[in-house]
Amino acid sequence: MTIRIGSGSAWWGDRISPAKDNADKGRLDYLCFETMAEATISAAQVRKRRDPDFPGYDTWLDDRMKAVLPGCIENKTKIISNQGWINPNGAAERIIYWLRKMGIHGVKVAAINGSLITEDVLSLTDTILETGERTHSLEDKIVSAEVYQGAEPVVQALSKGAQIVVTGRIADPSIFAAPMMFEYGWGAGDFMQLGLANGIGHLMECGAQVTGGYFADPGLKDVPRPWDLGFPIAEVHKNGTAVITKLEGTGGVVNAMTIKEQLLYEVHDPYNYITPDVIVDFSTTCIEEIAENRVMVSGISGKPRTPTLKVSIGCEEGFIGEDMFFYAGEGALKRARLAETILRERFKIVGLKAEELRIDYLGLNAIHGDMTPEIKHEPYEVAVRVAARTATREEAMKVGREVDGMAVSGVGMTGKRVPHQDRTREIIGVWSSLVDRDKISPSIKLYES
Amino acid sequence: MLIKLVQLAHCRSGDKGNTSNISVIAYHPEFYAPIKNQLSADEFKNFYSGVIKGNVTRYSLDELQMLNFVCEGALGGGVSRSLCLDNYGKSLSSRILSFKIEINDNLEKLLQ
Repeated sequence: MTIRIGSGSAWWGDRISPAKDNADKGRLDYLCFETMAEATISAAQVRKRRDPDFPGYDTWLDDRMKAVLPGCIENKTKIISNQGWINPNGAAERIIYWLRKMGIHGVKVAAINGSLITEDVLSLTDTILETGERTHSLEDKIVSAEVYQGAEPVVQALSKGAQIVVTGRIADPSIFAAPMMFEYGWGAGDFMQLGLANGIGHLMECGAQVTGGYFADPGLKDVPRPWDLGFPIAEVHKNGTAVITKLEGTGGVVNAMTIKEQLLYEVHDPYNYITPDVIVDFSTTCIEEIAENRVMVSGISGKPRTPTLKVSIGCEEGFIGEDMFFYAGEGALKRARLAETILRERFKIVGLKAEELRIDYLGLNAIHGDMTPEIKHEPYEVAVRVAARTATREEAMKVGREVDGMAVSGVGMTGKRVPHQDRTREIIGVWSSLVDRDKISPSIKLYES
Repeated sequence: MLIKLVQLAHCRSGDKGNTSNISVIAYHPEFYAPIKNQLSADEFKNFYSGVIKGNVTRYSLDELQMLNFVCEGALGGGVSRSLCLDNYGKSLSSRILSFKIEINDNLEKLLQ
């Protein structure tokens, strides 16, 4: 027995047409969507506070669902998605709306709640993992707190007959592990199987990053038709092996190198990769290219899960002010350096209170910063980019205001962006902690179209 | 012969909070031993001087011929607090490709 699980997205901003291709042509049993970054929940809470009409789920939910629902219903493909963000019920209701509008009735949609613990986080958690300090020290700054749930509530929703499951925060690999656990009856005690399920989930969760995205390096690692990357499909066998592949006719590549790069992506200790479902051991992985764009992955193993779940705590931590301006041609770098001197003096004059100030030259040292080799050549053009981290928005705005001043009171031949984009943004710092898994109780709400 | 890592291995970086992990994956099994012997956690940290502010831990996956360097304090205080344009540090891995490794001359025919 084999089940086919396809990727529909790797993050909020991901392309939509490869998801539709997988839905229409992938002969999938499941199509899975991952749409969150570390700060997504907190950012959604901040936005909700400012704009009460914000529904609180993936802002691309309509576009994604309109693209994939017809194919998924036609092909009896179930959907598992974390697009619920801070409002899984709202997301499920919206999916019901689209199903009915398409004339599709009798489809069960489940919303999984219980991840948000903002009100109780200080009583449920103790220590900040990054600093060792008490979580209580964050008390006045907390915007949101959420638990990373595992695959179990999704499996429960599937056993209740749900064809579409939409969640809030859930560990990324669990989105893909849930169908394997449901179809093959793997439970918490089957940790070798859960190791494989979460390991394969880990390979799938970043979508095209395993099919030739975030990979090409011309002349060294070339990728066919990188403008048309297919999203991955995993064919998972009950015996604990999986083939990672993609739709025929799509661009990209699946080979041992793309699998290896993704295997360690955002992994720290590869012998102990902790998910809510299991501890994955990647060291035993076997990777075998069995045909063009077909790689067999086996041997990923697992150890019993930990008694705790990870909690993310999002905090208001001030603001960043940022802007840039430009020089080109003869003497560009000299003018950029004079502009930097002027700005630094101006920031003293206006009393900028910055926790950190950074002035970079794009194309020279803006990306690798202090480890950039000494600049020996005269560049044809330079962009000067200035950024400061501050406690208040008022202070952050001084960055843009002083760059404004560079237009008529600055250096000769200064290029500027006018109208400029929004030049301040708030910082939501994310801290981690642990909670006893027994203290978290997910709940499932079922809808029918 | 002294060869830049770019001809021996490929790499990818990922982010978690203020920690970046950078994998180094040998193009050929024969390249793995010289890389592992010469690219220690300390050498790695020195090569990222000024950017990696914390500890570097190296994990080895010998069967797969790959190393994972876990670099604490490498993301300017964390993805959301960083003032770096590349606040996720997605481009950090490319730096190590300039690191030079001594390899046996008979491996030259295998170079990428």
